[in-house]
Amino acid sequence: MKKFISILLTLLLTLSLFTACSSKTEEPAKEEPTAEKPAEATGVLPAIAKEDIKIGVIHIGNPADGSGYTFAHDQGIVGMQKALGLDDSQIIRKNNVNDTDPTATETAILECIEEGANIIFGTSWGYMDTMEALAEEYPEVIFSHGTGYKGNDANFNNYFGRIYQARYLSGIAAGLKTKSNLIGYVAAMGQDNSEVTGGINAFAMGVNSVNPDAKVYVKVTNSWFSPEEETNAAKALLAEGCDVIAQHCDTPNPQLEAEKAGAFGIGYNSDMSKDAPKATLTSAVWDWSAYYTWAVEQAINGTWTGENYYGGMKEGLVDIAPLNESIVAEGTAEAIEAARASILDGSFNVFDGVIETNDGKTVGEEGKTLDDATITNDIKWYYKTVTVK
Amino acid sequence: MNMFLNFLIAAVFAGTPLLFGTLGEIMSEKAGHLNLGVEGMMAMGACAGFMAGLLTDSFIVALIAAFAAGMLGALIYAVLTVTFMADQNVTGLTLAIFGTGLSNFIGEYMLVNSTSSSLKLPEKITATISNINIPGLSSIPVVGQLFFQYNPFVYLGILVAILCGIYLNHTKMGLNLRAIGENPAAADAAGIKVTKIKYINILLGGGICGIGGAYSSMIICGGVWMSNSVNGLGWIAVALVIFASWSPTKAIFGSFIFGAFNILKYYFPKTWITIPSAFYDMLPFIITALVLVITSIRKSKENSQPASCGVNYFREER
Repeated sequence: MKKFISILLTLLLTLSLFTACSSKTEEPAKEEPTAEKPAEATGVLPAIAKEDIKIGVIHIGNPADGSGYTFAHDQGIVGMQKALGLDDSQIIRKNNVNDTDPTATETAILECIEEGANIIFGTSWGYMDTMEALAEEYPEVIFSHGTGYKGNDANFNNYFGRIYQARYLSGIAAGLKTKSNLIGYVAAMGQDNSEVTGGINAFAMGVNSVNPDAKVYVKVTNSWFSPEEETNAAKALLAEGCDVIAQHCDTPNPQLEAEKAGAFGIGYNSDMSKDAPKATLTSAVWDWSAYYTWAVEQAINGTWTGENYYGGMKEGLVDIAPLNESIVAEGTAEAIEAARASILDGSFNVFDGVIETNDGKTVGEEGKTLDDATITNDIKWYYKTVTVK
Repeated sequence: MNMFLNFLIAAVFAGTPLLFGTLGEIMSEKAGHLNLGVEGMMAMGACAGFMAGLLTDSFIVALIAAFAAGMLGALIYAVLTVTFMADQNVTGLTLAIFGTGLSNFIGEYMLVNSTSSSLKLPEKITATISNINIPGLSSIPVVGQLFFQYNPFVYLGILVAILCGIYLNHTKMGLNLRAIGENPAAADAAGIKVTKIKYINILLGGGICGIGGAYSSMIICGGVWMSNSVNGLGWIAVALVIFASWSPTKAIFGSFIFGAFNILKYYFPKTWITIPSAFYDMLPFIITALVLVITSIRKSKENSQPASCGVNYFREER
């Protein structure tokens, strides 16, 4: 009897395997006719008709938070949806997906694919390896990973941006505003994180361009999201006499702490003057819709090449939020406009020429600028006016 | 010197949410119930307190709402563990996850329905919960700064701790409670209503935790709603109970010391020596382990966990 049941079960399993396989082979057959439409397609993947586009977004936080990293990304998705006229049903969001948990990441992505997603955007660093592996398994699905560095030149790329350009501009606002010549900076990660450290340097260089006497004090929270730590770090910076608090972390808490103390601040990710209207001078902001719209358009046109994307102010990916006119120092708008113009026309690239570091060394060469690989991976030094406290 | 003063003041602020969580957990553990759901009850209090403050602009209503929400979380726990004898650890862990989820869910609902996709406490309540300023007292150098310019939560926390201490050690009800925590069967035989007193104290503990949650949503996050605002404070509070050796008055100093450890990395002068910041993050827990070792060597009955803590009481199995 037992033997009979086991044989029956084996048969059932084999049968289900066949049906599973057959359903898989059907899918590409369905997509092929649409692929033939644009004959001049230059991409590596067949074009996807607009109404067949289905996008899976993997968020590390909750877009409903109204501020910060995930909110900024989701605004980008919403912007892309509007620009391309996609239906709500064409976007699948997976929120609060822990990026240090590969199983959770994989489950979220597979759920999207199961629901028919053909483009997956993963917004956080930790999704990278999982997405790389899944890209191999599902070659017909586009995997696009934010903030990382990996890609396979086919259906897996990464996207990020030159937020340091915006930070340089925001540094000008801070440098002109400070009275104590001490500017605080709440940083999520320490010196070895090129993204954070590069941002601090660009900010400090912006400060230095208008106020050579000002120093930038950095406190590291060691966490991308920690409301308590971020508040405490800002409090400590204020106690040391900083009167402008900039930040590279997710919550607007440093801005609110500055507001409470009657000081000022520079926000990040989204316009934080919404949270701290009496303190936030401006914010370094992302407009992710610039990338998301571009990427989905590539998929629709069949011109997707899987190349990595590193946009900047020119592409509209990064900028600063409108200046908080009632509290910025006089002349801020003019100084920022001048710098913005030189960045936009390419005559200035922030990390130009020889740069002095805070341990007495120099980086870079006269007449040259740091290349993108160095900027994304290798800025592990602090600018001369930066002190880690 | 000035920086050291700032450090002490910041330590008190950082320790206050921990103080509430710890007091709540002590009340529960003294009744023999290890409630690991502090994080969840704090999150529920954070949400209820914030939303009540947002809608009514009244600090008192916000406090009551936070307390009630914490009690609600504790009620779920109490029904499951006291009445239905469910495993205390599992129930507590589940409560931690449930409370955080519920809080974020309600927060998201409120955000989606808000006009500016942002929730900020109105002016009046913000003024009430900002640091107090007693003319004359608050401006005394050092002493005034150190004692008379915190927000109302800080003073409330110390008051609650002292009241809990008196209740536990100097009242008949407190004696009954401690008896239940040590040996519920003996307490039952002595005519103490075990179930009723367990319920009262678990709920009381939950309410106190809820106020700690309100601290994180209303003070730490500066009056702007943020999901996951408690972000692990409840777990530190559970460790702090051991550090305070189950004494509410010791919890006051314990939580300020933990608060000090939490912020040490921001105040320790880097000019002397650079210590990896991960070291600071683990300090409180090393100290807790040390305290555990020391108290177990000394074998003092007063400073140890109530004997029946974590074990459900089956009356029929006496």
